[in-house]
Amino acid sequence: MTTSRPDPAVARILLQLADEPLPAGADGLVSTLTRLCAALVRHLPASGSGITLVGEGHGSAGIAAAAGPRSRSLEELQFTLGEGPCLDAHASRRPMLEPDLVGAGSHRWPIYGPRAAELGVGAVFAFPLQIGSARVGVLDIYRRQPGPLSAEALASGHGFAEVALRLLLQEQAGASEGRAPEGLDDVLAHRMEVYQAQGMVMVDLGVKPAEAMARLRGHAFAAGQDIAAVARDVIDGILHLQRDHPPHDPGEHP
Amino acid sequence: MIALDKLTDVFVAVADTLVADFDIIEFLELVAEKAATISAASAAGIVLGDPTGRLQFVAASEQSVRLLEALAVQSESGPCQDCFHTGGPVVNTDLRDTEAHRRWPAFARLATSLGYQSVHALPLRHQGTAIGALTLLSVHAHPLEDADVRVVQAVADIATIGILQERSIRASGVLTEQLQYALVSRISIEQAKGILSRIHGIGVDDAFSLLRSYARGAGLGLSAVATEVVNEPDRHPTLTRPPR
Repeated sequence: MTTSRPDPAVARILLQLADEPLPAGADGLVSTLTRLCAALVRHLPASGSGITLVGEGHGSAGIAAAAGPRSRSLEELQFTLGEGPCLDAHASRRPMLEPDLVGAGSHRWPIYGPRAAELGVGAVFAFPLQIGSARVGVLDIYRRQPGPLSAEALASGHGFAEVALRLLLQEQAGASEGRAPEGLDDVLAHRMEVYQAQGMVMVDLGVKPAEAMARLRGHAFAAGQDIAAVARDVIDGILHLQRDHPPHDPGEHP
Repeated sequence: MIALDKLTDVFVAVADTLVADFDIIEFLELVAEKAATISAASAAGIVLGDPTGRLQFVAASEQSVRLLEALAVQSESGPCQDCFHTGGPVVNTDLRDTEAHRRWPAFARLATSLGYQSVHALPLRHQGTAIGALTLLSVHAHPLEDADVRVVQAVADIATIGILQERSIRASGVLTEQLQYALVSRISIEQAKGILSRIHGIGVDDAFSLLRSYARGAGLGLSAVATEVVNEPDRHPTLTRPPR
C-alpha cells in the first residue's frame, strides 16, 4: 500500500486515540500494536512495519507486533543475527534511518543488510520507544523502494513511535502491583523456548548467557534455521551443542 | 501597559527550553526572568507548594539574598501564601500602606527593610487550585492594570504548563522503567527454567515449580531469584548444584 499519501494528521489522531483507555477483555496489547502497525503501513508510504521490545542487556526481547509481508521475518532476522537498525536505534537512543539498505545499509550491517534486501526491503527506518533515559523497544518501518522518508513521513514515524510507547505504558499502568503486564507474556510467547534453551546451553557448555545465545545464533545461522527451531531441538534433546575446540590451535595460530 | 509583543519573546524562549535536555529549574528561572523583564518589576520569584502544603522557593530572576529572603518569609504569611490558598491573584500591594502591614506584618516589615515597595502574586493554576505562585517585587511603585495582570497571569500559566509537562514525563519514565524491568525479569525466569531443568534433569514446568517453591521458601521474589540463578548461581547453592 505504498500509494497512499502521507497524512501528518494521523499521528495526532492516534495520539488522541492512545489517550483513550483500551477496552478490557479480548483486545490485548499484541492485537492493538498489530493494528497500529497496520495503520502505519496504510497511512505512510511503507511496505511493512514491526515493533520489537528490547531488554537492557538482552537485545531483541520479543516481537510485539508486525504488519506487511515478511515484516515479522525481518524483525526476527535482527534477533537471529544480533544486528540491525532496530538494535542500533535502541543502543544510540536515536532514530536509525537507512534509505539505501543494499548500498550503505549493507556496509553498516554486513549480514543483516543483504539478508533484509533478499526479503524485499530497500529502505528501513527505526525509531526508539523511549522517554528520558528509559527505553523499552523500537518501531521499524520498511519500504520496498530505496529512498529517504519525506519530512512529513518522518514526523508521522515519530508520531507512531510515540503512540506505540503510550500503548505499552498504558499496559504497564494497568498491571497489578509487582506483576508483569498481561500482554507481555503474549509478546514473549514466541521467545520463551529460546530463553529456556539459552539456559540449557549455559549448563551444557558452562558458559555465560551471552555466549549461550551466541552459540544458538551461530548454529541457526550456519544451519539456515530459525532460532526458534534450534531452541526446540535443544529442549527436546535432539540437538546437543558441543563445547568449542580450544580457541587457539597451536598448529595454525602461533 | 505591557506590550503584547514582549509576551511573544517569552513563548519563543520557552519553546527553546522545551527541546532536548529539559531542566525544570532552568526553565522556571527563565520564566521568572522574563516575567520580571516584561512587567518591568525589579525581580520575580516562583514558589511551589510541597506535599505538606508549604510553599518552597524554586526559582528566581536573580540570585539575590534579599529576593530569597522576601520569598522565604512568605512560606508563613504574605501575598504568595494568600494567592496559593485562594487560588486567585493578589496584586497591587503597596508596602507603604498600613493595610499591607496589618495583613502580613512580618513580610511587610522585612520586604520594606529590604527596599521593596510593591509586590504582586499570581497563582500557578491547575484544575481550579494553585500549585504555586509567581511573585513580582519592585523597589518602586509598580501598579499593574487589569490588562497587565492578564499578561503576567499568562506567564504564570506557562510556568504551570512546564511543571505539569515535567511531571508527566517523569511519570512516563517510571512506567517505562517498570516495563523494562518486567521484560528483563520475564526473560530471566525462562532462562532460569532452562538452567534448572538441565541441572536437575527435569522438565521446564517442573523446573519452574522448583524455582517458585525455592523463592517462596526463602522469602524472596521469583524474579530476583531467577536473575541470580542466571548471573550468580553460587548465591543459591541448594538450588543450582546438581543433586548427588
